[in-house]
Amino acid sequence: MFVQFFYTLRERGIPITPTSFLRLHKALRLGLITSIEDFYTAARSILIKSERYFDLYDQIFAHHFKGVDLKDPETVELREVARALLEEWLKHPAQIAAALGVDEKQLKKMTPEELLQYFMDRLKDQTGEHHGGNKWIGTGGTSPVGHSGYHPGGMRVGGVSRSKSAIKVAMERRYRDYSLDGPITEAQMGEALKRLRRMVPHGPKDVVNVDKTIYETMRNAGEVEIVFDRRLTDRLKIILMIDNGGWSMDPYIDIVQTLFNYARSQFKDLKIYYFHNSIYTHVWADPSRRYKPEPVDEFIRKDPETRLIIVGDASMAPSELMHRNGAIYFDQREVVPSIDRLKFLAAVFRHAVWLNPQAEEEWHYTWTIGVIEQIFPMFELSLDGLEKAVKQLMARH
Amino acid sequence: MFQEKNPVQFSGASKYVLDDELAQIVNISMALEMPLLLKGEPGTGKTMLAHAIAENLKMPLLILNVKSSMKLLEALYQYDTLTRLNDSRFGDSKRDVSNIEAYIKMGKIGQAFTASTKTVLLIDEIDKADTDFQDDMLDVLDQMQFDIIEIDKTIQAKHRPVIIITSNAKKDLSDPFLGRCNFHHIAFPDPDMMRRILDVHFPDQSSEVLNACIETFYRMRDIRGVEKKPATRELINWIRALKADPDFKPKSLTKGVPYLGVLFKKSGDMSIVSQSLNRMRF
Repeated sequence: MFVQFFYTLRERGIPITPTSFLRLHKALRLGLITSIEDFYTAARSILIKSERYFDLYDQIFAHHFKGVDLKDPETVELREVARALLEEWLKHPAQIAAALGVDEKQLKKMTPEELLQYFMDRLKDQTGEHHGGNKWIGTGGTSPVGHSGYHPGGMRVGGVSRSKSAIKVAMERRYRDYSLDGPITEAQMGEALKRLRRMVPHGPKDVVNVDKTIYETMRNAGEVEIVFDRRLTDRLKIILMIDNGGWSMDPYIDIVQTLFNYARSQFKDLKIYYFHNSIYTHVWADPSRRYKPEPVDEFIRKDPETRLIIVGDASMAPSELMHRNGAIYFDQREVVPSIDRLKFLAAVFRHAVWLNPQAEEEWHYTWTIGVIEQIFPMFELSLDGLEKAVKQLMARH
Repeated sequence: MFQEKNPVQFSGASKYVLDDELAQIVNISMALEMPLLLKGEPGTGKTMLAHAIAENLKMPLLILNVKSSMKLLEALYQYDTLTRLNDSRFGDSKRDVSNIEAYIKMGKIGQAFTASTKTVLLIDEIDKADTDFQDDMLDVLDQMQFDIIEIDKTIQAKHRPVIIITSNAKKDLSDPFLGRCNFHHIAFPDPDMMRRILDVHFPDQSSEVLNACIETFYRMRDIRGVEKKPATRELINWIRALKADPDFKPKSLTKGVPYLGVLFKKSGDMSIVSQSLNRMRF
């Protein structure tokens, strides 16, 4: 029973195990499920293990039991883009018309539905060929804070729902806000970085070590001998280097700021330095990169156990990285190319990672990313990437 | 072994407003004898649910508050070596020092297993502990037994407890863990549901006041950039504060919101909220 339902869920990328599917059948056999409403809730709680998949589950449920069209992810996105375009059109008709290269008057005659369809068709035509145009539209529509009905962190999920049928509930797609994509929050970042710590004994000896106490007592022929230890505290040193120059980092300011805020409140021994594009003779301790330069050579004096985290898009002209006089400021005189500086840092700090706010799929477009990736283990600045980076930082080697 | 053929049904409790979907999930989990994992924003009543189940089914409630440094053994049992050492040295207690079992103290899971009646076991904030703890614990809960190595004895659960596990984290728990639980995400209540919750807590309050409070509350939750949004608990405390204020009139809420500190607990949030409230006022 419901085997097709099971496979559709799996095909759409929800991780469901056969065991849980069998468990659902056990629930059916026990007579716990008497209506489709029961089935909706029971199947969800047994099969789906994360609220991020609730929305997808709703869609598939509606599709399977009601025959609602299961949309290709791409069409959905296009439609959202087109809708955003429509809203934009209502605000600035002339701009949109110009951008699409059509006559404004002609567009004005259409009804909103026609317009939407028209935009959709235009978007589909454009795929591939008109990359610049398509991209422009894309950024207008899919921006996370845009007007495609997205509320960061907000919820519009109902608590009581039983007056409606399960299919209607499913069709409402109440769990849309929990879908996989969304801006990263400080709390989530904290979750990911929680394991980044190093416990060492520190402070006064005020904790009883039970095992040692017993051992010493035995050695003492039963005369109680209490052994105290120092408490374990977190003594992890962290150096954070942030690329805060240039427009190429602009789109990522928000996420880097979240990381920065979190790091500052969380880690006791944290040093933050700034650089532009890549690292040359100096990094700066002030964000304006002017008053507090610190020679990179000096870093050799730091504790090699320090964790070094570099945040940057690692995208620059090849010469900036490879050439001896590559620095983009003309008054900067260099002795060695930037790449050697990076290699030097990687050699000083065994535990170092590079966090790149760009999506991992886009890395191979930029040559310098590939080069830097060979020096530092590089991770995407996302929840997933952060977790991997932490694992790398805490690994013993 | 655990085939107790009396399908006890859970249907709510005196101070807990239950939606039917959740009741159904609780009942299915009990029938399938699986732990129920609850996720959701703080303040959506995850912990309260366990209290409500215990009250409704008249079972004792055992709460295991998970801490980050916790070892699984602490949740199962503890061998009180220090007392035994003390007894063997000074010998002034009635316990028999040669009997190790006298020094075994049951942890919360152990208590749930050895209890003479069926219990509700709440494992609160599981995400605080590390992954090993989570996986090992699920093994124990799966097999319903554990060994006490010191006395070479296996503790077998007399009654399978009803297990509720809560997690605050947005991060996923490990796959083997999830595979052994039923899952539900409690969403933040919508205004109608909130109204019902408040009715339970403030049965004698006029609806005008409650509606005004709810409206203001949800408007403030929508303010962008607030880091820690106020939850049900904050709302209830806030209304309590308003009730205690003899000068308070529901109409005045449109002009300004008193006792913001009850709702927002971070200074950054406070300033964001008071700024945008100033802007909202027209």
